[in-house]
Amino acid sequence: MPARLALETSAARLVGRLSRATRRGGGTTLPGKLVWKLDPAAVDALARRLPAGVALVSATNGKTTTTAMASSILSPVRRLAWNRSGANLASGITSTLLAARDAELGLLEVDEFALPEVIRRTRPRVVCLGNLFRDQLDRYGELEHIAERWRSAVSELPVDASLVVGADDPLVASLGDGRDRVLRFGVDDPSHARPSLQHASDSKYCIRCGAPYVYDAAYVGHLGAYRCDACGHARPPLDVAARRIESHGLDGVSFSLETPDGDAQVRLALPGLYNVYNALAAASLALALGASLDIVVEGLERFTGAFGRFERFLVGDKRLLLLLVKNPAGANEAIRTLENGSLPATLVVALNDRIADGRDVSWIWDVDFEPLLERAHRIVVTGERAAELALRFAYGGYPRDRLEVVPSLERALDRGLDLTEPGKELAVLPTYTAMLALQAIATRRGLTRPYWEDAA
Amino acid sequence: MIIRVGHLYPEYLNIYADRGNIAVLEHRAAARGHELDVDPITLESSLAAGTHDLFYVGGGQDREQAMIAGDLAVRGDALRAAVDGGAAVLAVCGGYQLLGRGYRGRDGAWLDGAGLFPHETLAGETRMIGDVLLESTLPEAAGKTIAGFENHAGRTVLDPGAHPLGRVVAGYGNDGVSGFEGARTGRALGTYLHGPLLPRNPWIADLLLSWAIAHATDAEPEPLDALDDTLEQEAHAVAASRARARGGRPA
Repeated sequence: MPARLALETSAARLVGRLSRATRRGGGTTLPGKLVWKLDPAAVDALARRLPAGVALVSATNGKTTTTAMASSILSPVRRLAWNRSGANLASGITSTLLAARDAELGLLEVDEFALPEVIRRTRPRVVCLGNLFRDQLDRYGELEHIAERWRSAVSELPVDASLVVGADDPLVASLGDGRDRVLRFGVDDPSHARPSLQHASDSKYCIRCGAPYVYDAAYVGHLGAYRCDACGHARPPLDVAARRIESHGLDGVSFSLETPDGDAQVRLALPGLYNVYNALAAASLALALGASLDIVVEGLERFTGAFGRFERFLVGDKRLLLLLVKNPAGANEAIRTLENGSLPATLVVALNDRIADGRDVSWIWDVDFEPLLERAHRIVVTGERAAELALRFAYGGYPRDRLEVVPSLERALDRGLDLTEPGKELAVLPTYTAMLALQAIATRRGLTRPYWEDAA
Repeated sequence: MIIRVGHLYPEYLNIYADRGNIAVLEHRAAARGHELDVDPITLESSLAAGTHDLFYVGGGQDREQAMIAGDLAVRGDALRAAVDGGAAVLAVCGGYQLLGRGYRGRDGAWLDGAGLFPHETLAGETRMIGDVLLESTLPEAAGKTIAGFENHAGRTVLDPGAHPLGRVVAGYGNDGVSGFEGARTGRALGTYLHGPLLPRNPWIADLLLSWAIAHATDAEPEPLDALDDTLEQEAHAVAASRARARGGRPA
């Protein structure tokens, strides 16, 4: 290791320990910020020392869960440098690479905007690109803009690098056009299709000629089997597919995983079609890295959830379900997940508007909350923009006298639990920073473990 | 009574929670015993004179806006005639730009607009993104505040003597330098503010509805009965404080 890198590395590790000791969170990004600031090229060297190379995962939706699933698959066979806390900007990735001194393989979730630079610096063996949904337009600009940045980054990949793309997303699938070594994954079970595209669907128009796509099946938002009758552009053939899908309510989902290496039956412990997509992405990534199908299936079935995305706790004689919502597509799937289970009578919905949540809260109007509004007996709205949520529900037709505005997250949680009958479950749908705050409350009350506890 | 609303290109322009604005108009009309009949007007559908009391035009991504811009530009005469005849318009973000005289892209190319609002828009280098607070300059609502969120690369320049929607208290506004936001022509309002605009600024919804009713009944606009707007006021107060604390500042 060059002397300068060694010095920076040890200095940064010290900062990480200080950060944890002073309880400023998990110490996840401070050391990386330091190195990133001192010498961004140090990241190149940190990535280069991983003998099995680097694999990157990006998407607007599901990248944390996909990466966690890939980790579940790969950790029995490789020592991983994995940014499990979701610190996915260049600084967080630097921290992860610094901390994992004896790792063999880098497994990194990457922010969609940071991806081009992370690709240039880490020179990955495999890049897995899942989907592009509307997410934080205030921060990132439009989908086409991100897709163009991705396209130019992918064109700089070494020829021997593998690309995994979501075939069911027209913009993302097109990134694999004309390349060798591409795995295209998708869902193929029209019995689970939505009757129509949802309100906030993106990429409704053919990326080649602009005519509206015809969907033989739309599964999650605009993901599905699309074709353009005007120019013939269509979803490419699937290399890795989920067929014969069977939902088990909130307890999970089964499907037949069909790959170039053979077929296998998989039962996930997580619910929802969107988790089938995450599993397909993780399986494709692992196969591209040379994992066997058996290892893939074992890893997927062992997996019980990424930090905060879908968690259940016991609170005395009641249960608590936390479901992260962060953009229209993710929120719509969370709602569909609740509909497939037994829908809780009381809901707590939390909206914050910090940078990680998106400062522009208009996205809540693009979420199809209406199935919940028809069935919820009472809704407690909370977080920094609680009143804004209240308006969303009131103008969505929910009676104002059954809405409670409780801006304090802790009080809202307690109010929701009070309203929940013994033996029943309270569903809480928070945005990202509200989810972090609720996790902290749950930890303080002994309901769960902090996420950095076993990350050393 | 039935208020006839023409919603322009709902399939293309729906990016910043535009359906929230429509929902607010529907609910506030219903609370006064009126019904909104929302008629989607899309590519090549016909637009007969006098058939709508209120038009709504939302915002879209660049690609979708480009798909409808030509169609909207040829409707310019019909829209101007409708506004001259007393119909109301709310145009937000991309819709606000497209209803001006036109748009000059970064490559210098000129795209014709519908020519309803007296302004031109020039593509800028950077986006103006953030919370906004305005003080209305409408004679009907002088001094009332408007809170929203803006996200635009275009700089919209009003003609001399043109009427804005409001004065910028915090945020960028039309072009980041003039200190004004939005435009008003007759009963047509245009603005960059989404968030969406109407839930936390319900008086604008009521003003538009009173104009639409006046058009439908061929009478003078009358103020509508007040509603319980406690939640609306709370949301407005939070959004206004965000704009004061972190809204963009004119350069």
